[in-house]
Amino acid sequence: MRSLLIAKREFFSTFDAPTGYVVLGMFPALAAVLFFLTGPYFALDEASMRPFFASMPWLLVMLAPAITMRLWAEERRSGTEELLLTYPFQLRDLVLGKFLGAWAVLALALVCTVGVPFTAAMMGDLDWGPVIGGYLSVMLLGGASLAIGLFLSSITDNQIVAYLLGAAVLLGFNLIGVAATAEAMPEGFARLFLMLDFGNHFHAITRGVLDLGHASFYLGIMVFFLTANGVVLERRRVR
Amino acid sequence: MSPKENQTAVVRVSGLEKSYGPVKALRGIDFEVPAGSVLGFLGPNGAGKTTAIKIMTGYLAADAGKVEICGLDIAEHPLEVKRRFGYLPENNPLYLDMRVSNFLEFTAQAFGLTGTKAKAAIERAVTQTGLQTVYRRGIAQCSKGFRQRVGLAQALLHDPELLILDEPTNGLDPLQVVEMRHLIRDLGKTKTIIITSHVLPEIEALADSVVLIHQGRKVADGPLAGIACNGHGSCIARVTFRCKDCDLEGLLEQAGAVLLEERPSPFADPSICSALIEVEGSEGLSRVAQAAADRNVDLIELAPQSGTLESLFQNLPPGSEL
Repeated sequence: MRSLLIAKREFFSTFDAPTGYVVLGMFPALAAVLFFLTGPYFALDEASMRPFFASMPWLLVMLAPAITMRLWAEERRSGTEELLLTYPFQLRDLVLGKFLGAWAVLALALVCTVGVPFTAAMMGDLDWGPVIGGYLSVMLLGGASLAIGLFLSSITDNQIVAYLLGAAVLLGFNLIGVAATAEAMPEGFARLFLMLDFGNHFHAITRGVLDLGHASFYLGIMVFFLTANGVVLERRRVR
Repeated sequence: MSPKENQTAVVRVSGLEKSYGPVKALRGIDFEVPAGSVLGFLGPNGAGKTTAIKIMTGYLAADAGKVEICGLDIAEHPLEVKRRFGYLPENNPLYLDMRVSNFLEFTAQAFGLTGTKAKAAIERAVTQTGLQTVYRRGIAQCSKGFRQRVGLAQALLHDPELLILDEPTNGLDPLQVVEMRHLIRDLGKTKTIIITSHVLPEIEALADSVVLIHQGRKVADGPLAGIACNGHGSCIARVTFRCKDCDLEGLLEQAGAVLLEERPSPFADPSICSALIEVEGSEGLSRVAQAAADRNVDLIELAPQSGTLESLFQNLPPGSEL
Protein backbone atom coordinates (compact mmCIF):
# COMPACT_ATOMS: atom_id res chain seq x y z
CA MET A 1 0.00 0.00 0.00
CA ARG A 2 2.82 2.41 0.95
CA SER A 3 4.61 1.53 -2.27
CA LEU A 4 1.48 2.45 -4.26
CA LEU A 5 1.78 6.02 -2.95
CA ILE A 6 5.31 6.21 -4.37
CA ALA A 7 4.19 4.47 -7.58
CA LYS A 8 1.42 7.05 -8.06
CA ARG A 9 3.84 9.95 -7.57
CA GLU A 10 6.37 8.50 -9.97
CA PHE A 11 3.75 7.67 -12.60
CA PHE A 12 2.34 11.19 -12.70
CA SER A 13 5.69 12.95 -12.35
CA THR A 14 6.87 11.15 -15.52
CA PHE A 15 4.55 13.45 -17.42
CA ASP A 16 5.80 16.61 -15.75
CA ALA A 17 8.99 16.25 -17.79
CA PRO A 18 9.22 16.12 -21.60
CA THR A 19 10.70 12.62 -21.36
CA GLY A 20 7.29 11.18 -20.53
CA TYR A 21 5.65 12.57 -23.65
CA VAL A 22 8.61 11.59 -25.83
CA VAL A 23 8.35 8.04 -24.50
CA LEU A 24 4.59 7.89 -25.04
CA GLY A 25 4.85 9.45 -28.50
CA MET A 26 7.99 7.84 -29.86
CA PHE A 27 7.45 4.30 -28.61
CA PRO A 28 4.18 3.51 -30.42
CA ALA A 29 5.33 5.47 -33.50
CA LEU A 30 8.60 3.55 -33.74
CA ALA A 31 6.85 0.23 -33.07
CA ALA A 32 4.35 0.91 -35.87
CA VAL A 33 7.00 2.10 -38.34
CA LEU A 34 9.21 -0.91 -37.66
CA PHE A 35 6.24 -3.24 -38.05
CA PHE A 36 4.50 -1.88 -41.15
CA LEU A 37 7.28 -0.18 -43.10
CA THR A 38 10.55 -1.92 -42.38
CA GLY A 39 9.39 -5.33 -41.22
CA PRO A 40 8.29 -8.32 -43.29
CA TYR A 41 4.59 -7.79 -42.47
CA PHE A 42 3.40 -7.30 -46.04
CA ALA A 43 5.61 -10.13 -47.29
CA LEU A 44 3.90 -12.56 -44.93
CA ASP A 45 0.84 -14.31 -46.19
CA GLU A 46 -0.98 -13.97 -42.88
CA ALA A 47 -1.97 -11.36 -40.33
CA SER A 48 0.72 -11.96 -37.73
CA MET A 49 2.06 -9.70 -35.04
CA ARG A 50 5.25 -11.70 -34.62
CA PRO A 51 7.51 -9.08 -36.31
CA PHE A 52 5.93 -6.41 -34.10
CA PHE A 53 6.91 -8.24 -30.94
CA ALA A 54 10.30 -9.21 -32.37
CA SER A 55 11.27 -5.52 -32.37
CA MET A 56 10.29 -5.03 -28.72
CA PRO A 57 13.56 -6.13 -27.03
CA TRP A 58 15.43 -3.53 -29.11
CA LEU A 59 12.87 -0.81 -28.52
CA LEU A 60 13.05 -1.53 -24.80
CA VAL A 61 16.82 -1.01 -24.88
CA MET A 62 15.99 2.63 -25.66
CA LEU A 63 12.70 2.98 -23.77
CA ALA A 64 13.32 1.34 -20.38
CA PRO A 65 16.36 3.47 -19.38
CA ALA A 66 14.47 6.59 -20.53
CA ILE A 67 11.74 5.78 -18.00
CA THR A 68 14.08 4.84 -15.14
CA MET A 69 17.04 7.18 -15.59
CA ARG A 70 15.69 9.96 -13.37
CA LEU A 71 14.05 7.79 -10.70
CA TRP A 72 16.97 7.72 -8.25
CA ALA A 73 19.60 9.82 -10.03
CA GLU A 74 17.41 12.93 -9.99
CA GLU A 75 16.42 12.35 -6.35
CA ARG A 76 20.11 12.29 -5.45
CA ARG A 77 21.05 15.28 -7.59
CA SER A 78 18.25 17.48 -6.25
CA GLY A 79 18.58 16.27 -2.65
CA THR A 80 14.97 15.04 -2.42
CA GLU A 81 16.36 11.57 -1.70
CA GLU A 82 17.08 12.85 1.82
CA LEU A 83 13.49 13.98 2.20
CA LEU A 84 12.17 10.64 0.98
CA LEU A 85 14.51 8.58 3.15
CA THR A 86 13.62 10.54 6.29
CA TYR A 87 9.88 10.04 5.74
CA PRO A 88 8.49 6.92 7.44
CA PHE A 89 8.91 4.57 4.47
CA GLN A 90 10.61 1.19 4.41
CA LEU A 91 13.33 0.99 1.76
CA ARG A 92 11.37 -1.80 0.06
CA ASP A 93 8.33 0.50 -0.22
CA LEU A 94 10.45 3.10 -2.00
CA VAL A 95 12.16 0.68 -4.37
CA LEU A 96 8.99 -1.26 -5.17
CA GLY A 97 7.00 1.97 -5.53
CA LYS A 98 9.41 3.45 -8.03
CA PHE A 99 9.48 0.18 -9.95
CA LEU A 100 5.68 -0.11 -10.08
CA GLY A 101 5.39 3.52 -11.20
CA ALA A 102 7.84 2.87 -14.03
CA TRP A 103 6.06 -0.38 -14.95
CA ALA A 104 2.76 1.53 -15.15
CA VAL A 105 4.35 4.02 -17.55
CA LEU A 106 5.51 1.10 -19.72
CA ALA A 107 2.00 -0.38 -19.61
CA LEU A 108 0.59 2.95 -20.78
CA ALA A 109 3.14 3.11 -23.60
CA LEU A 110 2.05 -0.38 -24.67
CA VAL A 111 -1.62 0.63 -24.52
CA CYS A 112 -0.69 3.37 -26.99
CA THR A 113 0.41 0.67 -29.48
CA VAL A 114 -2.93 -1.18 -29.58
CA GLY A 115 -3.73 0.60 -32.82
CA VAL A 116 -1.15 -1.65 -34.48
CA PRO A 117 -2.88 -5.02 -33.85
CA PHE A 118 -6.28 -3.48 -34.58
CA THR A 119 -4.97 -2.25 -37.93
CA ALA A 120 -3.48 -5.68 -38.62
CA ALA A 121 -6.82 -7.29 -37.70
CA MET A 122 -8.59 -5.10 -40.25
CA MET A 123 -6.23 -6.29 -42.96
CA GLY A 124 -6.46 -10.01 -42.22
CA ASP A 125 -7.62 -12.70 -39.86
CA LEU A 126 -5.60 -12.00 -36.72
CA ASP A 127 -5.30 -14.62 -33.98
CA TRP A 128 -5.64 -12.58 -30.77
CA GLY A 129 -4.24 -15.26 -28.46
CA PRO A 130 -0.57 -14.74 -29.42
CA VAL A 131 -1.17 -10.98 -29.41
CA ILE A 132 -2.27 -11.02 -25.77
CA GLY A 133 0.59 -13.43 -24.98
CA GLY A 134 2.97 -11.09 -26.76
CA TYR A 135 1.88 -8.09 -24.74
CA LEU A 136 2.24 -10.07 -21.50
CA SER A 137 5.74 -11.09 -22.62
CA VAL A 138 6.66 -7.47 -23.27
CA MET A 139 5.45 -6.58 -19.78
CA LEU A 140 7.69 -9.31 -18.33
CA LEU A 141 10.69 -8.34 -20.46
CA GLY A 142 9.97 -4.67 -19.75
CA GLY A 143 9.75 -5.33 -16.00
CA ALA A 144 13.18 -6.97 -16.04
CA SER A 145 14.59 -4.09 -18.13
CA LEU A 146 13.08 -1.48 -15.80
CA ALA A 147 14.47 -3.23 -12.69
CA ILE A 148 17.95 -3.09 -14.25
CA GLY A 149 17.49 0.57 -15.23
CA LEU A 150 16.23 1.46 -11.74
CA PHE A 151 19.22 -0.21 -10.11
CA LEU A 152 21.63 1.65 -12.39
CA SER A 153 19.85 4.94 -11.65
CA SER A 154 20.56 4.33 -7.95
CA ILE A 155 24.33 4.23 -8.41
CA THR A 156 24.73 7.68 -9.99
CA ASP A 157 23.38 11.19 -9.59
CA ASN A 158 23.55 11.88 -13.32
CA GLN A 159 20.51 10.97 -15.43
CA ILE A 160 22.49 10.79 -18.66
CA VAL A 161 24.98 8.37 -17.12
CA ALA A 162 22.07 6.32 -15.80
CA TYR A 163 20.51 6.22 -19.27
CA LEU A 164 23.72 5.24 -21.05
CA LEU A 165 24.55 2.57 -18.46
CA GLY A 166 21.02 1.21 -18.72
CA ALA A 167 21.06 1.09 -22.51
CA ALA A 168 24.51 -0.55 -22.53
CA VAL A 169 23.58 -3.23 -19.98
CA LEU A 170 20.28 -4.00 -21.71
CA LEU A 171 22.08 -4.21 -25.04
CA GLY A 172 24.44 -6.67 -23.38
CA PHE A 173 21.53 -8.80 -22.13
CA ASN A 174 20.12 -8.84 -25.68
CA LEU A 175 23.40 -9.68 -27.42
CA ILE A 176 24.81 -12.16 -24.94
CA GLY A 177 23.10 -15.00 -26.81
CA VAL A 178 25.06 -14.10 -29.93
CA ALA A 179 28.31 -14.48 -27.98
CA ALA A 180 27.11 -17.93 -26.91
CA THR A 181 27.15 -19.10 -30.53
CA ALA A 182 30.86 -18.31 -30.99
CA GLU A 183 32.84 -21.46 -31.79
CA ALA A 184 35.56 -20.75 -29.25
CA MET A 185 33.05 -20.33 -26.43
CA PRO A 186 33.36 -23.08 -23.77
CA GLU A 187 30.12 -25.03 -23.48
CA GLY A 188 29.47 -24.02 -19.87
CA PHE A 189 29.72 -20.33 -20.68
CA ALA A 190 27.62 -20.77 -23.80
CA ARG A 191 24.85 -22.36 -21.74
CA LEU A 192 25.08 -19.59 -19.14
CA PHE A 193 24.99 -16.88 -21.80
CA LEU A 194 22.00 -18.44 -23.51
CA MET A 195 20.25 -18.68 -20.18
CA LEU A 196 20.82 -14.96 -19.55
CA ASP A 197 19.85 -13.85 -23.06
CA PHE A 198 16.71 -11.71 -22.91
CA GLY A 199 15.71 -12.41 -26.51
CA ASN A 200 16.01 -16.17 -26.07
CA HIS A 201 13.34 -16.22 -23.34
CA PHE A 202 11.25 -13.53 -25.01
CA HIS A 203 10.95 -15.21 -28.38
CA ALA A 204 10.11 -18.50 -26.71
CA ILE A 205 7.13 -16.87 -25.01
CA THR A 206 5.99 -14.92 -28.08
CA ARG A 207 6.02 -18.16 -30.09
CA GLY A 208 3.21 -19.15 -27.77
CA VAL A 209 5.25 -21.38 -25.48
CA LEU A 210 3.71 -20.56 -22.11
CA ASP A 211 6.62 -21.86 -20.07
CA LEU A 212 6.80 -20.85 -16.43
CA GLY A 213 10.59 -21.17 -16.66
CA HIS A 214 10.85 -18.24 -19.07
CA ALA A 215 8.46 -16.10 -17.00
CA SER A 216 10.40 -17.04 -13.85
CA PHE A 217 13.60 -15.90 -15.49
CA TYR A 218 12.24 -12.37 -15.93
CA LEU A 219 10.72 -12.37 -12.43
CA GLY A 220 14.07 -13.54 -11.05
CA ILE A 221 15.88 -10.68 -12.82
CA MET A 222 13.36 -8.23 -11.34
CA VAL A 223 13.77 -9.58 -7.80
CA PHE A 224 17.57 -9.63 -8.11
CA PHE A 225 17.96 -6.05 -9.34
CA LEU A 226 15.29 -4.58 -7.03
CA THR A 227 17.03 -6.25 -4.09
CA ALA A 228 20.38 -4.90 -5.33
CA ASN A 229 18.74 -1.44 -5.50
CA GLY A 230 17.74 -1.73 -1.85
CA VAL A 231 21.26 -2.86 -0.91
CA VAL A 232 22.76 0.17 -2.69
CA LEU A 233 20.50 2.53 -0.73
CA GLU A 234 21.25 0.83 2.58
CA ARG A 235 25.00 0.77 1.86
CA ARG A 236 24.91 4.49 1.15
CA ARG A 237 23.26 5.05 4.55
CA VAL A 238 26.08 3.29 6.38
CA ARG A 239 28.87 4.58 4.11
CA MET B 1 1.08 20.32 30.79
CA SER B 2 2.45 22.46 27.99
CA PRO B 3 5.65 21.38 26.27
CA LYS B 4 7.41 24.37 27.77
CA GLU B 5 6.65 23.06 31.25
CA ASN B 6 7.70 19.51 30.51
CA GLN B 7 11.46 19.43 30.77
CA THR B 8 12.06 15.73 29.94
CA ALA B 9 14.54 15.22 27.11
CA VAL B 10 12.95 14.82 23.67
CA VAL B 11 16.34 14.09 22.10
CA ARG B 12 19.21 12.17 23.71
CA VAL B 13 22.41 11.83 21.72
CA SER B 14 25.22 9.82 23.24
CA GLY B 15 28.68 8.93 22.00
CA LEU B 16 27.88 9.65 18.35
CA GLU B 17 30.75 8.76 16.02
CA LYS B 18 30.95 8.82 12.25
CA SER B 19 33.82 8.57 9.78
CA TYR B 20 33.91 9.04 6.03
CA GLY B 21 36.83 6.83 5.10
CA PRO B 22 39.85 8.18 6.98
CA VAL B 23 38.06 11.44 7.90
CA LYS B 24 36.47 11.45 11.36
CA ALA B 25 33.39 13.65 11.06
CA LEU B 26 32.05 13.02 14.58
CA ARG B 27 34.19 11.99 17.54
CA GLY B 28 31.73 11.14 20.28
CA ILE B 29 29.04 13.82 20.55
CA ASP B 30 26.68 13.83 23.55
CA PHE B 31 23.83 16.21 24.24
CA GLU B 32 20.19 16.36 25.25
CA VAL B 33 17.35 18.58 24.13
CA PRO B 34 14.69 19.23 26.80
CA ALA B 35 11.05 19.24 25.70
CA GLY B 36 9.81 22.63 24.58
CA SER B 37 13.24 24.17 24.16
CA VAL B 38 14.91 25.61 21.07
CA LEU B 39 18.42 24.27 20.72
CA GLY B 40 20.94 26.01 18.51
CA PHE B 41 23.38 23.56 16.96
CA LEU B 42 26.37 25.69 16.14
CA GLY B 43 29.70 25.10 14.54
CA PRO B 44 32.00 26.24 11.77
CA ASN B 45 31.55 24.72 8.31
CA GLY B 46 32.80 21.14 8.37
CA ALA B 47 32.40 20.84 12.14
CA GLY B 48 30.03 17.89 11.77
CA LYS B 49 26.66 19.61 12.34
CA THR B 50 24.98 18.28 9.22
CA THR B 51 26.42 14.79 9.70
CA ALA B 52 25.00 14.72 13.23
CA ILE B 53 21.62 15.93 11.94
CA LYS B 54 21.60 13.32 9.15
CA ILE B 55 22.23 10.59 11.74
CA MET B 56 19.53 11.95 14.03
CA THR B 57 17.01 11.82 11.17
CA GLY B 58 18.00 8.30 10.14
CA TYR B 59 19.37 9.36 6.76
CA LEU B 60 22.84 8.15 7.77
CA ALA B 61 23.83 5.40 10.17
CA ALA B 62 26.29 6.13 12.98
CA ASP B 63 29.50 4.13 13.36
CA ALA B 64 28.97 4.22 17.13
CA GLY B 65 26.70 5.91 19.63
CA LYS B 66 23.00 6.25 20.03
CA VAL B 67 20.23 8.69 19.12
CA GLU B 68 16.97 8.51 21.06
CA ILE B 69 14.01 10.65 20.06
CA CYS B 70 11.03 10.63 22.40
CA GLY B 71 12.64 7.68 24.17
CA LEU B 72 12.99 5.56 21.02
CA ASP B 73 16.30 4.54 19.48
CA ILE B 74 16.28 5.53 15.80
CA ALA B 75 18.46 2.55 14.85
CA GLU B 76 15.94 0.12 16.35
CA HIS B 77 12.65 1.89 15.61
CA PRO B 78 13.32 4.02 12.51
CA LEU B 79 9.73 4.29 11.30
CA GLU B 80 8.25 5.15 14.71
CA VAL B 81 10.95 7.77 15.28
CA LYS B 82 10.51 9.29 11.81
CA ARG B 83 6.85 9.91 12.62
CA ARG B 84 7.88 11.94 15.70
CA PHE B 85 9.92 14.65 13.99
CA GLY B 86 9.61 17.04 11.09
CA TYR B 87 12.74 17.78 9.13
CA LEU B 88 13.79 20.65 6.91
CA PRO B 89 17.08 19.52 5.33
CA GLU B 90 19.88 21.89 4.39
CA ASN B 91 19.21 23.60 1.03
CA ASN B 92 15.52 22.68 1.31
CA PRO B 93 15.19 19.98 -1.38
CA LEU B 94 11.69 19.95 -2.90
CA TYR B 95 9.97 18.27 -5.84
CA LEU B 96 10.00 21.23 -8.20
CA ASP B 97 7.82 19.39 -10.70
CA MET B 98 4.90 19.32 -8.24
CA ARG B 99 2.38 21.92 -7.19
CA VAL B 100 2.51 23.03 -3.54
CA SER B 101 -0.90 21.39 -3.00
CA ASN B 102 0.14 18.05 -4.54
CA PHE B 103 3.42 18.00 -2.63
CA LEU B 104 1.71 18.60 0.71
CA GLU B 105 -0.91 15.94 -0.09
CA PHE B 106 1.89 13.49 -0.92
CA THR B 107 3.72 14.34 2.31
CA ALA B 108 0.53 13.96 4.36
CA GLN B 109 -0.02 10.50 2.89
CA ALA B 110 3.63 9.62 3.48
CA PHE B 111 2.95 10.23 7.18
CA GLY B 112 -0.16 8.09 7.04
CA LEU B 113 -2.67 10.96 6.98
CA THR B 114 -5.62 10.44 4.64
CA GLY B 115 -9.07 11.92 4.02
CA THR B 116 -10.29 14.59 6.41
CA LYS B 117 -7.23 14.19 8.66
CA ALA B 118 -4.92 14.97 5.75
CA LYS B 119 -7.08 17.92 4.68
CA ALA B 120 -7.11 19.37 8.19
CA ALA B 121 -3.35 18.87 8.58
CA ILE B 122 -2.64 20.59 5.26
CA GLU B 123 -4.94 23.52 6.13
CA ARG B 124 -3.19 23.96 9.46
CA ALA B 125 0.32 23.80 7.98
CA VAL B 126 -0.61 26.17 5.13
CA THR B 127 -2.05 28.67 7.61
CA GLN B 128 0.93 28.38 9.98
CA THR B 129 3.40 29.03 7.18
CA GLY B 130 1.34 31.56 5.21
CA LEU B 131 1.20 29.57 1.98
CA GLN B 132 -2.42 30.39 1.06
CA THR B 133 -1.50 32.61 -1.89
CA VAL B 134 0.75 30.04 -3.56
CA TYR B 135 -1.10 26.86 -2.59
CA ARG B 136 -2.11 25.99 -6.18
CA ARG B 137 1.13 27.22 -7.71
CA GLY B 138 3.94 24.99 -9.01
CA ILE B 139 6.81 24.83 -6.51
CA ALA B 140 9.24 25.80 -9.28
CA GLN B 141 7.27 29.03 -9.76
CA CYS B 142 7.49 30.01 -6.08
CA SER B 143 10.04 32.51 -4.77
CA LYS B 144 12.86 31.22 -2.58
CA GLY B 145 11.10 32.53 0.51
CA PHE B 146 7.90 30.67 -0.33
CA ARG B 147 9.85 27.52 -1.15
CA GLN B 148 11.39 27.71 2.31
CA ARG B 149 7.89 27.97 3.74
CA VAL B 150 6.86 24.92 1.70
CA GLY B 151 9.82 23.07 3.23
CA LEU B 152 8.71 24.13 6.68
CA ALA B 153 5.09 23.19 5.94
CA GLN B 154 6.06 19.64 4.94
CA ALA B 155 8.01 19.35 8.20
CA LEU B 156 4.98 20.55 10.21
CA LEU B 157 2.25 18.58 8.44
CA HIS B 158 2.04 15.65 10.83
CA ASP B 159 2.25 17.96 13.86
CA PRO B 160 5.51 16.45 15.14
CA GLU B 161 6.83 16.87 18.67
CA LEU B 162 10.26 17.79 17.35
CA LEU B 163 11.33 20.01 14.46
CA ILE B 164 14.84 19.68 13.02
CA LEU B 165 15.77 22.65 10.86
CA ASP B 166 19.13 22.53 9.10
CA GLU B 167 20.23 26.06 8.13
CA PRO B 168 16.62 27.21 7.61
CA THR B 169 17.47 30.75 6.51
CA ASN B 170 20.29 29.79 4.18
CA GLY B 171 20.13 31.80 0.93
CA LEU B 172 17.15 33.94 1.91
CA ASP B 173 17.17 37.71 1.51
CA PRO B 174 17.14 39.83 4.71
CA LEU B 175 13.37 40.33 4.65
CA GLN B 176 12.75 36.62 4.15
CA VAL B 177 15.20 35.86 6.97
CA VAL B 178 13.17 38.04 9.33
CA GLU B 179 9.92 36.35 8.23
CA MET B 180 11.43 32.88 8.69
CA ARG B 181 12.71 33.79 12.16
CA HIS B 182 9.23 34.99 13.14
CA LEU B 183 7.80 31.68 11.96
CA ILE B 184 10.37 29.64 13.86
CA ARG B 185 9.94 31.74 16.98
CA ASP B 186 6.18 31.13 16.87
CA LEU B 187 6.71 27.40 16.41
CA GLY B 188 9.16 27.38 19.30
CA LYS B 189 6.32 28.31 21.65
CA THR B 190 4.77 24.87 21.26
CA LYS B 191 7.45 22.58 19.85
CA THR B 192 10.93 21.35 20.59
CA ILE B 193 13.24 22.66 17.89
CA ILE B 194 16.80 21.91 16.87
CA ILE B 195 18.16 24.54 14.53
CA THR B 196 21.60 24.43 12.97
CA SER B 197 23.41 27.47 11.74
CA HIS B 198 26.78 29.07 11.43
CA VAL B 199 25.11 32.49 11.53
CA LEU B 200 25.50 33.46 15.16
CA PRO B 201 22.93 36.27 15.42
CA GLU B 202 20.35 33.82 14.11
CA ILE B 203 20.99 31.38 16.92
CA GLU B 204 21.08 34.25 19.40
CA ALA B 205 17.71 35.42 18.10
CA LEU B 206 16.05 32.01 18.27
CA ALA B 207 17.70 29.55 20.63
CA ASP B 208 17.31 29.01 24.38
CA SER B 209 20.47 26.94 24.55
CA VAL B 210 23.37 26.01 22.34
CA VAL B 211 25.54 23.02 21.50
CA LEU B 212 28.76 24.17 19.92
CA ILE B 213 30.76 21.60 17.96
CA HIS B 214 34.10 21.83 16.31
CA GLN B 215 36.06 19.21 14.36
CA GLY B 216 33.53 16.56 15.33
CA ARG B 217 33.73 17.28 19.07
CA LYS B 218 31.38 19.12 21.35
CA VAL B 219 33.21 22.12 22.75
CA ALA B 220 30.39 23.81 24.64
CA ASP B 221 26.84 23.04 25.72
CA GLY B 222 24.38 25.10 27.71
CA PRO B 223 22.28 28.25 27.87
CA LEU B 224 23.27 30.90 25.39
CA ALA B 225 24.52 33.35 28.00
CA GLY B 226 26.53 30.61 29.65
CA ILE B 227 28.13 29.62 26.36
CA ALA B 228 28.94 33.22 25.53
CA CYS B 229 30.73 33.65 28.87
CA ASN B 230 31.83 30.17 29.84
CA GLY B 231 35.38 30.51 30.89
CA HIS B 232 36.85 31.28 27.50
CA GLY B 233 38.15 34.57 28.94
CA SER B 234 36.23 37.79 29.17
CA CYS B 235 32.91 38.57 27.61
CA ILE B 236 31.14 41.79 26.80
CA ALA B 237 27.74 42.61 28.22
CA ARG B 238 25.33 45.49 28.05
CA VAL B 239 24.16 46.71 31.43
CA THR B 240 21.38 49.21 32.13
CA PHE B 241 20.69 50.65 35.62
CA ARG B 242 18.31 53.14 37.14
CA CYS B 243 21.13 55.01 38.80
CA LYS B 244 20.67 58.68 39.61
CA ASP B 245 23.85 60.04 41.18
CA CYS B 246 25.08 56.55 41.94
CA ASP B 247 28.71 55.52 41.66
CA LEU B 248 28.60 53.41 38.49
CA GLU B 249 32.35 52.98 38.32
CA GLY B 250 32.49 51.92 41.97
CA LEU B 251 29.73 49.40 41.41
CA LEU B 252 31.55 47.87 38.44
CA GLU B 253 34.83 47.87 40.31
CA GLN B 254 33.17 46.00 43.18
CA ALA B 255 31.95 43.41 40.66
CA GLY B 256 35.35 43.11 39.01
CA ALA B 257 33.93 44.44 35.72
CA VAL B 258 35.55 46.94 33.40
CA LEU B 259 33.60 49.86 31.98
CA LEU B 260 34.26 49.89 28.26
CA GLU B 261 31.88 52.55 27.06
CA GLU B 262 28.95 54.50 28.40
CA ARG B 263 26.04 54.17 25.99
CA PRO B 264 23.11 56.47 25.38
CA SER B 265 20.17 55.44 27.52
CA PRO B 266 17.51 53.59 25.57
CA PHE B 267 14.87 55.36 27.70
CA ALA B 268 13.85 59.00 27.99
CA ASP B 269 14.32 58.85 31.78
CA PRO B 270 17.66 60.63 32.56
CA SER B 271 18.16 58.52 35.69
CA ILE B 272 18.63 55.44 33.53
CA CYS B 273 22.13 54.83 32.31
CA SER B 274 23.54 52.16 30.06
CA ALA B 275 27.04 50.88 29.42
CA LEU B 276 29.07 48.20 27.76
CA ILE B 277 31.16 46.31 30.27
CA GLU B 278 33.69 43.52 30.21
CA VAL B 279 33.37 40.73 32.76
CA GLU B 280 35.10 37.44 33.43
CA GLY B 281 32.75 34.67 32.33
CA SER B 282 29.21 34.11 33.58
CA GLU B 283 30.47 34.47 37.18
CA GLY B 284 31.36 38.06 36.36
CA LEU B 285 27.79 38.69 35.21
CA SER B 286 26.48 37.30 38.50
CA ARG B 287 28.82 39.58 40.45
CA VAL B 288 27.51 42.66 38.61
CA ALA B 289 23.94 41.68 39.49
CA GLN B 290 24.99 41.08 43.14
CA ALA B 291 26.80 44.44 43.35
CA ALA B 292 23.71 46.23 42.02
CA ALA B 293 21.55 44.48 44.62
CA ASP B 294 24.01 45.38 47.42
CA ARG B 295 23.83 49.05 46.48
CA ASN B 296 20.03 49.08 45.99
CA VAL B 297 20.48 50.00 42.34
CA ASP B 298 17.69 48.89 40.00
CA LEU B 299 19.19 46.58 37.42
CA ILE B 300 17.10 46.86 34.26
CA GLU B 301 19.19 44.88 31.81
CA LEU B 302 22.27 42.68 31.94
CA ALA B 303 22.86 40.78 28.71
CA PRO B 304 25.88 39.28 26.96
CA GLN B 305 26.24 41.02 23.64
CA SER B 306 26.22 39.58 20.14
CA GLY B 307 29.78 39.21 19.13
CA THR B 308 30.62 37.23 22.22
CA LEU B 309 29.81 33.96 20.42
CA GLU B 310 31.86 35.20 17.51
CA SER B 311 34.68 35.71 19.96
CA LEU B 312 34.17 32.14 21.08
CA PHE B 313 34.51 30.90 17.50
CA GLN B 314 37.59 33.02 17.06
CA ASN B 315 39.09 31.24 20.04
CA LEU B 316 38.73 27.92 18.22
CA PRO B 317 41.86 26.41 16.73
CA PRO B 318 42.96 27.81 13.36
CA GLY B 319 41.93 26.11 10.15
CA SER B 320 38.16 26.29 10.65
CA GLU B 321 36.14 28.36 8.26
CA LEU B 322 33.06 30.19 9.48
